[in-house]
Amino acid sequence: MRFFTESKWFFFITIIIYVILKALFFSGMASSYIQQIIQYAVIIALASIGLNIIYGFTGQFSLGHAAFYGIGAYTSAYLTKILGIDNLFSYIPVLMACSVISGIIGFLIGIPILKLKDDFLAIATLGFGTLVRVFFDNSDKLSDVLGGSRGFVGIPKITNLELILFFTLFIVVITRHMINSRFGLFWRCIKDDELAASSIGINTTNMKLKAFTYGCMLAGFGGAFYANLYTFLHPSNFDILKSIDFLIIVIIGGMGNITGTILASFIWVGFIEGLRIILPSEILDIRWVVIPILLIFIMMWRPYGIMIKKTK
Amino acid sequence: MKVLEVINLEKNFGGVKAVDDVSFFIEEGETFGIIGPNGAGKTTLFNLISGIYTPDKGKIIFKGKDITGFMPYRLSHIGIARTFQNMRLFGSLTVLENILSAVLSKRPYNMFQAIFRTAGYLKGEKNAYKMARELLDFFGLNEKADYSASSLSYGEQRRLELARALATDPTLMLIDEPGAGMNPKEIGDLASMIKVIKERFSVTIAIIEHQMNLIMNISNRIMVMDFGEVIITSTPQEVKKDKRVIEAYLGEELD
Amino acid sequence: MEHISYILQQVVNGIQLGAVYALIALGYTMVYGVLRLINFAHGDVFMLGAFVAYFLISKFGLPVYLVFILTMISCAMVGFIIEKVAYKPLRDAPKISLLITAVGVSLFLEYFLSLKALFTPNYIPFPRPFEIQTYDLSFFVITNVQLLIFIITFISLFILYLLIYRTRYGIAMRAVSHDKETASLMGVGIDGIISFTFIVGASLAGVGGILYGIAYPQINVFMGIMPGIKSFIAAVLGGIGIIHGAVVGGLIIGLCEVFVSAFLSSTFRDGVIFIILFAVLLFRPMGIFGKRIEKV
Repeated sequence: MRFFTESKWFFFITIIIYVILKALFFSGMASSYIQQIIQYAVIIALASIGLNIIYGFTGQFSLGHAAFYGIGAYTSAYLTKILGIDNLFSYIPVLMACSVISGIIGFLIGIPILKLKDDFLAIATLGFGTLVRVFFDNSDKLSDVLGGSRGFVGIPKITNLELILFFTLFIVVITRHMINSRFGLFWRCIKDDELAASSIGINTTNMKLKAFTYGCMLAGFGGAFYANLYTFLHPSNFDILKSIDFLIIVIIGGMGNITGTILASFIWVGFIEGLRIILPSEILDIRWVVIPILLIFIMMWRPYGIMIKKTK
Repeated sequence: MKVLEVINLEKNFGGVKAVDDVSFFIEEGETFGIIGPNGAGKTTLFNLISGIYTPDKGKIIFKGKDITGFMPYRLSHIGIARTFQNMRLFGSLTVLENILSAVLSKRPYNMFQAIFRTAGYLKGEKNAYKMARELLDFFGLNEKADYSASSLSYGEQRRLELARALATDPTLMLIDEPGAGMNPKEIGDLASMIKVIKERFSVTIAIIEHQMNLIMNISNRIMVMDFGEVIITSTPQEVKKDKRVIEAYLGEELD
Repeated sequence: MEHISYILQQVVNGIQLGAVYALIALGYTMVYGVLRLINFAHGDVFMLGAFVAYFLISKFGLPVYLVFILTMISCAMVGFIIEKVAYKPLRDAPKISLLITAVGVSLFLEYFLSLKALFTPNYIPFPRPFEIQTYDLSFFVITNVQLLIFIITFISLFILYLLIYRTRYGIAMRAVSHDKETASLMGVGIDGIISFTFIVGASLAGVGGILYGIAYPQINVFMGIMPGIKSFIAAVLGGIGIIHGAVVGGLIIGLCEVFVSAFLSSTFRDGVIFIILFAVLLFRPMGIFGKRIEKV
């Protein structure tokens, strides 16, 4: 019962938001494009929370988060298409499978990779991300339906507002409970000073791996929802720029701040899509220039993030 | 009972013998001082005992068990705690959280219990908070409990580091230069505090210090190191008189 | 007999590719040596080299030697500017901020040039400034392009060695690599040396870009990514921060890539390089020529 009571505000607010959104969607005031974008923002929030656990809390700099997002996406796309899944109940096991697979791969990669520090961890995760992207590009050699660089088409549409909103709610509550317990505490200790953390009895290898695996699982969930929302995947959706997206959201929202990540996701998706609406189509690709400029700007101005919690 | 036994310990760093054939033991309940000029290998020795470095040669025996090459977190669970020369607090955590993390390292609940907020989780947290508060109280840090550790004064930070080390309920405490940067009054307070810690928590202490009055005052025995080797291990009186020690500290007054 | 011939051919091809990687790797290793920073934008300077050369040849029809000189100067300037604008202000910031900024600069260069309004994200054919000629050496064939690459690389390395070991700047750079504080106490102008390092590294990358364009005449704004990562892996393989490590590492990676392509399949080509990276980072993080470092 405490599971629900401790995070009761999150439940209430989510229900209110759901009612508002549902009314908007139903009344037709929100176009199907807007509906899709809102769901997309929640998906991005879900995956970004995963990166926040890895980087914002535990301090492990990963430039390959999009790879796990992509693994979840392609796995769900493949399973739902091949097995002909079209309803919620049969989708649940697929969803779990995607997250587990992303998690296992994250775990296996994490074992060697998390031994590395900053720069080298960055390069190794970047390398892994690039590797996965190359794999997706060549995936049609594995199985034609995966599409390779043509992209994966014809994915069943299963994601809807209820599914993504309430599922994310549960994940957020579970994550909050982990954070407000010895696990979150240990992660933050590791981020501050890994050596001291191990000296006071924290199994840092184990804890870093837990954070990384959990973060990858969330990315896997996000990817799966994404595949079954947009019904089309292309390898270029899961490259370094996507990993940077997640990173920007974590930084803007404040490292180690879940609510901030959720807000930042909506702001960021809104911004990018807003640009799509405002800008004329000839210079639409200027969005991809804006992102790195913003990144550099944030680093110069506030190297620690914008919405951080302040302690006395 | 010998709490710690170090046998022929050696550690090389690219040709330099930081710790060279060092052997000694520490009796239960003792305060064991370690002194020596800078670069003598004292902190390296602590790093070896606390598992941060692995020795190239030799053995470390703790409470009768061979712990050579064990990882730091495991040694913490077995009963070895340490503080650091350049202080390694968790700066972005609060004072309370610094202590809590050490208390919770005993893992009183698992992830399932934490996620679902079971009775096991609640009990574990409650006991941990209680113990953390007691320690804060003992070290006079209660008022600053919710302040970030990096906002504390230097002296308070040193106390916090000691408190955090004790929070792991250790048998042996390795204290590395606690008196650095302190004035004589603070050193006097430190000496009293260490004495009280020993009585209250029944720990065995190994302490590295440069402040001679402090270490001579509180140590039962002292080991002198230079160039990675042990020069002498004896009572403070004997050590003060030893020619080799005086030579190593050329020009230093040793009363 | 045929087999040996085939293998030798792959060796020649491998050295061709490896030479380019070596030129790029040198920039990574030198910058890491003085700043302990992975200059993510370095691969894009390589790309710029190819593009500047493309412009000079196709729009202005300049002779080859002039193309080399002007490209090197342009790349040197770009390297200098990147350091001054993006890295210098963050020199005291947490390491991660520098890393993220470097990634930002890299992406900015790529996407800025890919803007349809400005240029194009598509592949552009690179105008080879001379006709290919093949020389049959019975065991294997070698083209004039390959000879050019070998010669230019050799000359570049020779000049580099002179710079590093025979000039004041070079000695100062090595000192800063070793111990920044002491070097500055000894009167070394740190800012100047850092700029010097970037300038030299960027010039070499520029040369690499031209050679790559001549050898594989399809250029594209994203062409720096993979060679950049692979060259970095080469630098790590040889021992990050160590000059000859970058050269040896580059050659090894080039040879590996060609051999895997030739004997396994080109799909695995990139995968093998990353496996090498993981292997090095896990089993010998200091690289071939590096010294073992203990954590403090």
